Amino acid sequence: MAEQIFTSCTNAGPISVYVRDGKVVRIRPLEAKDEDFKPSWTIDDGQRKYSPPNKFFISPFIHAERTRLYSEDRIKYPYKRVDFDPKGKRNPQTRGKAKYERISWDEALDIVSSEITRVTNTYGSSAITGITSSHHNWGVVGYKMGPFARFMHMIGYTPIFDNPDSWEGWHWGATHTYGFYWRLGMPEPYDHLTDALQHAEMIVYWSCDPDSTRGTYTGQDSCMWRQWLKEKGVEMVFIDPLYNYTNAAMDGKWIPIRMGTGTALAMAIAYVWITENSYDKKYIETRTVGFETFKDYVLGKEDGVEKTPAWASEETGIPIKTIVSLARRWATKRTVLASGTRGGEGGACREAYATEWARMMVLLQAMQGLGKPGVSIWGTCMGAPSNVDVFFPGYADPDGRMGSTKAANIKFSPAQNPTKQRLYRLTVPDAILNPPIDWRGDGFCGNSLEQQFNEYVYPMKGHSEVKMFYRYGGSFIGTMSDTNKWVKMYQSEKLEFVVNQDCWYNSETNFADIILPACTSIERDDVGEWGAAGGYTHHASNGCNHRIVVRQQKCIEPLWESKSDYQILTLLAERLGRKEEFTDGKDEIGWIKAFYEISDLPKYISYEEFEKKGYYVIPMPEDYKPTVSMRWFAEGRECDTPDLGNPKRGTDKAKELGTYTGKIEFVSESLKKYYPNDEERPVSPKYIPSWEGHRSELAKKYPLALVSPHPRFTFHTHYDKHADWLNEIPTHRVYKDGYPYWPARIHPTDADPRGIKNGDIVMLYNDRGAVLCVAKVTQRVMPGIIHSYASSAVYDPLEPGKAGSIDRGGCVNLLTSSRMLSKNVPGMTPNSCLIEIEKWEG
Amino acid sequence: MARYGMVIDVEKCTGCYSCFLACKDEFCGNNYPGYAASQPAKGHYWMKVVPVERGTTPKVKLDYIPTPCQQCENAPCISGGAPGAVYRRPDGIVIIDPEKAKGDKGIVSSCPYRVIYWNEEENVAQKCNFCAHLLDKGWKEPRCVETCPTDALIFGDLDDPKSEIAKKLKKGNTETLHPEFATRPSVCYIGLPKKFIAGEVVFADKKDEAATGVKVTLVCGSKKMETATDHYGDFEFDGLDSNKEYKVRLEYAGYKTQEMQVKTLKDINLGEIVLAR
Repeated sequence: MAEQIFTSCTNAGPISVYVRDGKVVRIRPLEAKDEDFKPSWTIDDGQRKYSPPNKFFISPFIHAERTRLYSEDRIKYPYKRVDFDPKGKRNPQTRGKAKYERISWDEALDIVSSEITRVTNTYGSSAITGITSSHHNWGVVGYKMGPFARFMHMIGYTPIFDNPDSWEGWHWGATHTYGFYWRLGMPEPYDHLTDALQHAEMIVYWSCDPDSTRGTYTGQDSCMWRQWLKEKGVEMVFIDPLYNYTNAAMDGKWIPIRMGTGTALAMAIAYVWITENSYDKKYIETRTVGFETFKDYVLGKEDGVEKTPAWASEETGIPIKTIVSLARRWATKRTVLASGTRGGEGGACREAYATEWARMMVLLQAMQGLGKPGVSIWGTCMGAPSNVDVFFPGYADPDGRMGSTKAANIKFSPAQNPTKQRLYRLTVPDAILNPPIDWRGDGFCGNSLEQQFNEYVYPMKGHSEVKMFYRYGGSFIGTMSDTNKWVKMYQSEKLEFVVNQDCWYNSETNFADIILPACTSIERDDVGEWGAAGGYTHHASNGCNHRIVVRQQKCIEPLWESKSDYQILTLLAERLGRKEEFTDGKDEIGWIKAFYEISDLPKYISYEEFEKKGYYVIPMPEDYKPTVSMRWFAEGRECDTPDLGNPKRGTDKAKELGTYTGKIEFVSESLKKYYPNDEERPVSPKYIPSWEGHRSELAKKYPLALVSPHPRFTFHTHYDKHADWLNEIPTHRVYKDGYPYWPARIHPTDADPRGIKNGDIVMLYNDRGAVLCVAKVTQRVMPGIIHSYASSAVYDPLEPGKAGSIDRGGCVNLLTSSRMLSKNVPGMTPNSCLIEIEKWEG
Repeated sequence: MARYGMVIDVEKCTGCYSCFLACKDEFCGNNYPGYAASQPAKGHYWMKVVPVERGTTPKVKLDYIPTPCQQCENAPCISGGAPGAVYRRPDGIVIIDPEKAKGDKGIVSSCPYRVIYWNEEENVAQKCNFCAHLLDKGWKEPRCVETCPTDALIFGDLDDPKSEIAKKLKKGNTETLHPEFATRPSVCYIGLPKKFIAGEVVFADKKDEAATGVKVTLVCGSKKMETATDHYGDFEFDGLDSNKEYKVRLEYAGYKTQEMQVKTLKDINLGEIVLAR
């Protein structure tokens, strides 16, 4: 059979899939024709004209998609745990160590559907909960917010709130400083690239490594933008405990910093600006409130401690002179602050009291005129010129979700779900093991500032405790906090039934009673726009050089006995007598057409042509006019950016930010109203030493600080473990005695006294757990710091099924604390983690 | 007839390994008769990315040197194998014939660059061939080049003066890996890491401030380089030769001149240097 070329899209770029004799033989960046791109964009900085090539730069791991597709780690058939009998002994205590037996699809679906019915009839539908892992295979029809959410809301489950795990401090802190709660604390991302090329003289990368985290979904398109900025001679500084990969590529100045002390450095920078009169007083006067209170704190009038560079040097480990020089340089150069790849992210926002760091990032830029030319919060990943006038639903848009989209006649979303009980992702194990529990906030609080203050108790009055867990995927042991507790939870008899549905074996798969094999997006039909999450990250595809909507074609038949999520859930719905309701009368192609119909694509390309061609590159308007983020605010104009979520846009308050005062708040009016006396998230930001930092008592026992940022060669836990080719990238994993270990980076001054040599197997441990890694002895990590990425997909306990067992797979999250960001802030703090490390002799 | 070559700009390489992975996607499990047998899933690095870390905290550098077959004009592998087993095409691409080279392990050790790998299963030596099977079908560039996000890999016709690669070469700042091997590679490099000497300067009477504008002179034999400390008090000389004696002199009006002698056995971070009055 001749070679066929299909189109598809991934979490990190569009691809062309070559198939021969029913087998995928090649996957490359989607090959479009030059004429597809006309017209593209050009940025003129007066010296040079910048235009993107007519190509798509996919993330590295996407090149390993083919090996992931055919991985031996695929779940090939439905399975049942051997000692699980739904009509007899369930043996929950053997979850995580028992073996599995292959069963038929009919048997598997019968068990799952009858358990749904039994649990619902016995306890009510609130006794069922379920959750997917972060991210999924691309495409709005098959995305995790699609069929899974539609099905679960239909059966009336207890939803689990996600915590904003990649941008905690911004979500719970920065929102109270500059608004943007509709973006969950991240700033609007418009035309930064144009602004930076035309105006920026310096970029401060603070806890930010865009060459590793790549704007989440936007592949490697922005690598070239940074090359342009480097070639222009824009100075670059990197504040990070690691000499990170972007730092290396940009050959920038490295300022190593201790964990948990970023706020102290920020205070000292403010101190220099205040005492040297090098901040934008007019901006402070007209665009902000509460500066005097903040100033008093910085100058020590409030607590008797002047936040001098000498004071900050003691905290941060950064020489006084470096702090002073950085502050002065920042004040004299038009400076971009890259504090996280999407503006508001970064490992520093996932540690003790990180609300304060995130707020300080905003306030420092406010002191330099945030929004003025070249003065922005921009992670150098988003914000290329982009045509935002053409709508295509993203997976998080209400219209991109199968349950709430106007493409559906029958809707199943939270509005239709009778169950009002909620769980919170970080505390699901606690909820199961030790109820009742309580917390504040709706997880992703994108509707209002007040949403963060909602109080929840589980179990909710009139609802049942959870008895059945429908798990889609299973990454949390490698991504959440103190994750041995997930092991304990799974073995609780309170969970009467656990089902896990996934394409691959993941860290939680083997804790299920029934395992269902799903197929990948290569093996089914779908549609999706690259990089466009939608929802709270409107216009995220402007992190890509070009907007492209891909008709994700079914390239091959589902492998082994796998089925698409949609088909699996349709078969379950059928057994529950609800097939018509669930499917809305549509098959997957029907949904693709329905999403196409509600988009703007019909104005540009017929369905037949779209279907045949496989993609559409959305053209730029010829008269494109950049509207730089927050320029309107800095200039006192009405918001002119296309930031759809901004509720004041187009109203008589259009000149205002989303805070109560409409200004940048050094003293937060929203916090003042709700938590006026919270010492851990004070109304005006303060430096609060970490409870698990270099000064804490625990540091005597565990003197090393673990930093576990988002990874470089796997997307979340996707691609690690299931794409073997990646294991030969020494940044990602290193083979030792045939086993691919996860690297832990250690400075020679910490390695030498412990007798640790490069390439040794080492044990990272504290009272919460122990993990084996391969030691990478390097000058690139600050002394006192162990750097090892979060998001290992391999949970490989030496004693399977035993919580607290030594893990050989590299899930360093087992070591991290489950303590929340602060008492009223339910964010995770994996980067406040003290450990010891020793050579592992086996 | 084109004459193919590659220029690799190390300064632009971010170490993303996309080239390495794209190569695996092209060749693992795929047979291209006449060009290459399938690459094993593990242990072959046809596009080998070599990380090079230099210096000490916080004056460190990290570079990556993508190292494919150098497609040498005087390729030692050609004489290293049986007649016809390895040959150079008129377009400059060196091919290990997957059939004729079977069983010939000597080909692997003939390569001074160590970029030929033994495939146990296929019983044959293997390496990068610039995706010749694709070029012959009309592709413009190999898979690794296609997917490089920063144009760190430039591929093209060395004889076409309008090609990107010819323009790059014309600038005269390219070099080859290990010219001492004298194999005349068709792969050239820009910005290969050399040695650096760096330090940071403070004045004895103002230790909490960076000493900016200090004149720093580097002397090696008759060669002399000059720079000034920046706003952090930092200075750096990069691109230096290995194993050479260098004299570093720091001068600032009103302060005593300091001189030090160093040898670039490795990269040198002089740390904090205090200038006294």
